[in-house]
Amino acid sequence: MHHGRKAVGWGQWCKQVRVRGSQRQKQRAGDHMPTSRAPVNAGDTDFLRNASRKMSMTTFMINGRAVSVAVEPDTPLLWVIREHLKLTGTKFGCGIAQCGACTVHIDGEARRSCILPVSRIEGKHVTTIEGLSADSSHPLQKAWIAAQVPQCGYCQSGQIMQAAALLKQNPHPSREEIVRHMDGNICRCGTYNRIISAIQSVARA
Amino acid sequence: MGTDLQVHPLSRRSLLITSGAFGIGMLFGSVAVQTHEAHAAGPFAANAWVAIGDDGIVTIMSPASEMGQGVMTSLPLLVAEDLDADWNKVRVVQSPDDAKIYGNPGFFGTLTTVASIAISGYYEKLRIAGAQARKIMLANAAQIWKVPIGELSTEPGIVVHKKSRRTIGYGALAELAVLPSPLPQATKADLKSPAEFRYIGKDLPRVDVPVKVDGRAKYGIDTQLPNMLFASVLHPPVQGEKPVAIDDSAAKVVKGVTQIVPLPFGVGVLGKTVEATQKAKAALKVTWSKGAPARTYSSNSIAEDYSAIARDARQSGVAMFERGDAVAAIKGAAKVLAAEYVSDHVSHVCMEPMNATVAVTGDQVEIWASNQSPTTMQFIGAAVAGTTPDKVKVHTPFLGGGFGRRTDGDEVVDAILLAKATNGRPVKVIWSREDDVQNDKYRPLTSQRVEIGLDASGKIVGWRHRIVNESYFARAAPQFLEKFGGKDIVSGGGGEFKYAVAAHRVDWVRAPRGVGVGAWRGIAAGYTKFAIETMVDEAAATSGTDPVEYRLAMLAHDPRATDVVRTVAAMANWGRKRNRGLGIAYSDALGSNTAAAVEVSLDERSGEIKVHHVWTAVDAGIALQPKNVAAQMESAIIFGLGASLYEQINIEKGVVQQSNFDEYRVLRMSDVPLVEVKVISTDNPPSGIGEAGVPVIAPAIANAVGQLTGGKRLRQLPMLPNRVQAALRAA
Repeated sequence: MHHGRKAVGWGQWCKQVRVRGSQRQKQRAGDHMPTSRAPVNAGDTDFLRNASRKMSMTTFMINGRAVSVAVEPDTPLLWVIREHLKLTGTKFGCGIAQCGACTVHIDGEARRSCILPVSRIEGKHVTTIEGLSADSSHPLQKAWIAAQVPQCGYCQSGQIMQAAALLKQNPHPSREEIVRHMDGNICRCGTYNRIISAIQSVARA
Repeated sequence: MGTDLQVHPLSRRSLLITSGAFGIGMLFGSVAVQTHEAHAAGPFAANAWVAIGDDGIVTIMSPASEMGQGVMTSLPLLVAEDLDADWNKVRVVQSPDDAKIYGNPGFFGTLTTVASIAISGYYEKLRIAGAQARKIMLANAAQIWKVPIGELSTEPGIVVHKKSRRTIGYGALAELAVLPSPLPQATKADLKSPAEFRYIGKDLPRVDVPVKVDGRAKYGIDTQLPNMLFASVLHPPVQGEKPVAIDDSAAKVVKGVTQIVPLPFGVGVLGKTVEATQKAKAALKVTWSKGAPARTYSSNSIAEDYSAIARDARQSGVAMFERGDAVAAIKGAAKVLAAEYVSDHVSHVCMEPMNATVAVTGDQVEIWASNQSPTTMQFIGAAVAGTTPDKVKVHTPFLGGGFGRRTDGDEVVDAILLAKATNGRPVKVIWSREDDVQNDKYRPLTSQRVEIGLDASGKIVGWRHRIVNESYFARAAPQFLEKFGGKDIVSGGGGEFKYAVAAHRVDWVRAPRGVGVGAWRGIAAGYTKFAIETMVDEAAATSGTDPVEYRLAMLAHDPRATDVVRTVAAMANWGRKRNRGLGIAYSDALGSNTAAAVEVSLDERSGEIKVHHVWTAVDAGIALQPKNVAAQMESAIIFGLGASLYEQINIEKGVVQQSNFDEYRVLRMSDVPLVEVKVISTDNPPSGIGEAGVPVIAPAIANAVGQLTGGKRLRQLPMLPNRVQAALRAA
């Protein structure tokens, strides 16, 4: 009977809506997970099962949560973040620290996670784009929306993390300082001028 | 372009109505049942494009691939406009992969986002879909209130009956609504007039921006499925070569590797983690077949080979465009100018490296991939998996850049072949950046020759343009080459122009040399306008006429063209004397009128060009989202600027010499000039905007250098310092 209310095309969408709903709930739970000192198992669990004897554990804080991961010590932090911890906001762009798409904060400093072996961050604090603010309220995130910076958007997590590290050290950078600090972050859509304006709007505020 | 929307109400409803089990009146007569049903049924789907929830949320399908150009906002807003939806209550979802319903009428009815035709192709179809949904809401309101439809009107998200001062929100109405029989149809006559627009031309914020500032946006590479395996693929060092011996002894013992899979064109490594597959890939020892045609391919010698063909008029190729007798006109001209142009291969380097996730179960294939053509992916999936396109489901998340690269589907082929080897486990293939740069389908290396004849007054009377390169269609869509009589508009197009030249001929000669080519943002106009617009400047200089005046004279019959040229001249303060060089170019490519003026300086010793300021104006018809049009122009100018000055793929004996961003130089923040854009919205159908800014930038720079150096001409792309030095030394 309810078919009378649906033109074609929507069957798949109804399924997607259900799937999306459950994913959203899961994400929300993760976001609000309280900081805990106990290691949280994360990532590929069947991998973890064999891990204790063959692979070393690395323990660090990510977005305020303590995590322990059992991976090869030379695994780039990027893949630990994206595929083991499933925080996909940090992007893979080049793998050789040439584009900045993978930028995260390690103890407050902007670093390229694609060339950083996970063993080197034992005990450190990692912040990814997901942890920059609880509700997209970081002044740079607001400025990015106001200036409609992103196009394809793929590089923008890295751009924002790179810019946030700058403003932390230097709240009022000149245009030249902005360009020097941001020059390692590539945007193939060429949103550079809008990125500069967005950073300047926060720097002025 | 079709004006009738095909709506296919499901047969069960039609059956119920026609069988008389429930009349329409009865359905509305029993509100309680209907309400109950409505909740059970979820949102009311008025047609394939619009579903309305009882909370008033209007969900609109977006059919095109969102790769940064803003279609996920600008297409749904067309539906919202003529539905008279409240934009604050609109939610946008990516449409399913069914081209019969969601295909672009402007591109053979397929789901394909290329050539800047999303807006122009869907403009009418989506507005009519919105108008039809509005009619359905009106019909339902008329039934409920028992008033004639003609007495009803709408405000955003509300049906109004002025006479009785009653209103009902789309949400409350959706709760009760059914698909009327017969289903109301909409035509062009039902569309709003521009004066009634609430959204078109009003600059709505892009719906995809908020999720792109906090990591929520999902791209293909972010796909994560239960039980998924990862894969890396070792590609051949030379295009077209195959593995003949594989030593995987070191690779297969890498912890986490599950399987090494020989592929027809390489070797796949499957494993439980990305890092395991990458390590194992590096440990593979493969002997490759030698002797692919590409082994003899070196960029420099190919350029010479192509230029020789361009000079040799006996190699006639195919006439892409012909008006009058250009050969005779040039023969009879008072003065003849001729020049040759070479443009190197350039790579797309989308920020999101190529990747695809695929599950193959029996004859069913499911693909998650950032792609520009679900329809193409269905055909690829069917061919590779040995099934039919209807059994291939394609999911299209956000694209981390497209630029023409994400129509090819090589990474999808990788993923399907590997997923066939896993007993149903999904496989995510991630290419490295090196895989991407070295296995791209580049913009074709192209030689061009332009010969023109001027009369005694300096006016162009004959124009002959020869374009030599490899065919895109021959690799990607051979059936098109046949369909268009051997003409490849992707590789050999872009030679036409609006300039009033009585005799004009453009020939394209296909010269396959073993390296397949692709479509790159701006398509052929990315290099043809470089030749055309720099030659126009040479003609202007020869006749002693200002380049702006010279263009205006040849475009006098086309007010939209002259308007953009005049506008950029004014923006750049064209007549003002300055120490820097100032150049201009005009383009009618992609259906849009575009002009750019640039200010450059030149370090004559090093040969380095610095672009300081770009002014650009575009008339792409009615601008749906004027600020987004400006953003697209900024983007295209910067994209084109990289290819003008730095970007170059160099192939030596078949081996690509660049591999990552350290060797393939794209524009960075410190390279970027000021870019000012003026969007001229006109009462014309919308035309292409994602690429329109690309073709004008290279010739404008070359013309600025010409102006600065008293007529030294740059005829190679990119304009590398050594090439600039050589041009400065030339007489």
